[in-house]
Amino acid sequence: MKKIICILMVLVLAVGAMATLSGCGKSYDGEINVFNWGENISDGTDGSMDVIAEFEEKYNIKVNYTTYETNEELYSILSSSNSSYDIVIPSDYMIEKLIAEDLLTEINFDNIPNYKNIAETYKNLPFDPDNKFSVPYTWGVVALCYNTTMVNGQEIKGFADLWNENLKGNILMIDNSRDAMAIAMQLSGINPSKFTKTEVDTAAKKLSEQKPLLKKYVMDMVFTEMEGAQAAIAPYYAGDVYSMIQNNPDLSYCLPEEGSNFFVDSMCIPKTTQNKEGAELFINFMLEAEVGAENAQYIGYSTPNTEAFKLLPEEIQNSELIYPSEEYLSKCYSFADLDKDVYSYMQEKFIEVKAE
Amino acid sequence: MKSKKLALPYILWMLVFVLVPLGMVIAFAIRDDAGNFTAQFISKAWGYRDVFLHSLWVALLSTAICLLLAYPLSYIISRAKARTQRTVIMLVMVPMWMNFLLRIYAWVVLLSKGGPLDSILGIFGIHVPLIGNTGAVVLGMVYEFLPFMILPLYTVMGKIDKSLIEAAQDLGSNGFKVFSKVVLPLSVPGIVSGVTMVFVPTASTFLVSQYLGGTDDIMIGDVIEKVFQTDRHTGSALSLCLMVIILLFIIVMNRFGDEEAVGI
Repeated sequence: MKKIICILMVLVLAVGAMATLSGCGKSYDGEINVFNWGENISDGTDGSMDVIAEFEEKYNIKVNYTTYETNEELYSILSSSNSSYDIVIPSDYMIEKLIAEDLLTEINFDNIPNYKNIAETYKNLPFDPDNKFSVPYTWGVVALCYNTTMVNGQEIKGFADLWNENLKGNILMIDNSRDAMAIAMQLSGINPSKFTKTEVDTAAKKLSEQKPLLKKYVMDMVFTEMEGAQAAIAPYYAGDVYSMIQNNPDLSYCLPEEGSNFFVDSMCIPKTTQNKEGAELFINFMLEAEVGAENAQYIGYSTPNTEAFKLLPEEIQNSELIYPSEEYLSKCYSFADLDKDVYSYMQEKFIEVKAE
Repeated sequence: MKSKKLALPYILWMLVFVLVPLGMVIAFAIRDDAGNFTAQFISKAWGYRDVFLHSLWVALLSTAICLLLAYPLSYIISRAKARTQRTVIMLVMVPMWMNFLLRIYAWVVLLSKGGPLDSILGIFGIHVPLIGNTGAVVLGMVYEFLPFMILPLYTVMGKIDKSLIEAAQDLGSNGFKVFSKVVLPLSVPGIVSGVTMVFVPTASTFLVSQYLGGTDDIMIGDVIEKVFQTDRHTGSALSLCLMVIILLFIIVMNRFGDEEAVGI
């Protein structure tokens, strides 16, 4: 009897799984699997445009949308399993790595007429010099978000304030090896674009010194922490800092005086894609002026799309945080791909700092 | 013969989704990319021994608190009227219908600075950090896994023959004697499965400490998650070590349970 029940349950599970796979009700002409950063697409909340629903409506293609939190997570999934994603949106240095390891497929730009909307500044970037594999989605810099009522009257100037004894217990640090190490490297006089193992050691030491002052290492948790006034200061991506400030008027931002990381997240198609045409339709759709504007406004990140930029509200167009001056951007650096062993060494050292 | 055939789908399931992955974990842990046997990953895993110790300590503490809370409660429930029993067991299970992450998130809000609990304590002039420490992590674990302790205990206690207790009372045992000589020995199987069901997940879980703990509360589950992103070998070695520790724990627990059962 028990065995029969066991088998029945396994069968029920299997049937259930199949039912979800085949999808129920509406029939689509195809489907694409989109793998994006968390909180990185306009999803219809707060009166925004539900970009995915619009796309499904227009092309009758089903979108399976899932998210990741770090480039490293994306990399481990793309490199280790036979995943079937059709769209991924990694950052610059990760794209360089994915291209080098032959994990991306060339995009057919004939299918993406809206590519003309992308500003020339964001074409042929160093990570994809001939612009064959990627279409820019958003860009930005790493900025500081701080709570004006919690910094004890200190003037926040730059990344050095993340090591400020006066803010002990109220500092959040970014929980992502590359970004955290980069901040430590900037303060140690190392170029975070590309570095050696010895330089990783120096940065790791700097991070160890910071650890006793920290409240937490955070990624997406930063929103709850900062908006809920649980911490005084945190480094994070400018677009997200902008969203946080919208949700809590006590928050303010600072573009670090040391300069910062300039990043571009671009849409790419993995080699393992099952529906390349669908993916290209999606990319083209995302580049439409109106979609791009709605999306950029929702995410808060800067858009490389000139047509979309024109449709943005003036206060966003004029925001120093989202569209920093040329002068500030000239102080910024972008990440380059690292040698595999330096890269794993950096990752290992960062976990060690956290685990010690 | 027939019953064996019926078990085939499950055996297949076990083979594909349990044994094969387990073999892969072991293979990754003891061989490098070139396929040579090496101890370097195990020795790297050894580097995280402090995190292992901390995780086991948190797991042990959470299990002990769960046991202390669940044991009297299960006993009281098992002695209550049938209708009350159903209601209380239902109440124990209701939180489990909600998503694990949501429940932990609820605690983040409850314990936050200026949150409900902090405000209430503030009225009495008590200002202590409620979140971001090991205490909060243990609290989260206890909340999360308490039902796994209550249910097996309650089931076993419900099966204790009332006439045995009456017999003990007839023979002149006082309340304490009845408990120590009859109820406790008979509930050992429940304790063993309850402790196992709480200890094993608390030792290996991740996210709880990320949400409720501070920078020093990283657990081995969190480390494995992070390490796996770039280094499958060390990640596997860490998992393997954790599995061995848990296996040892289960063996000890089962020994203990068997001896007790024989003792009766």
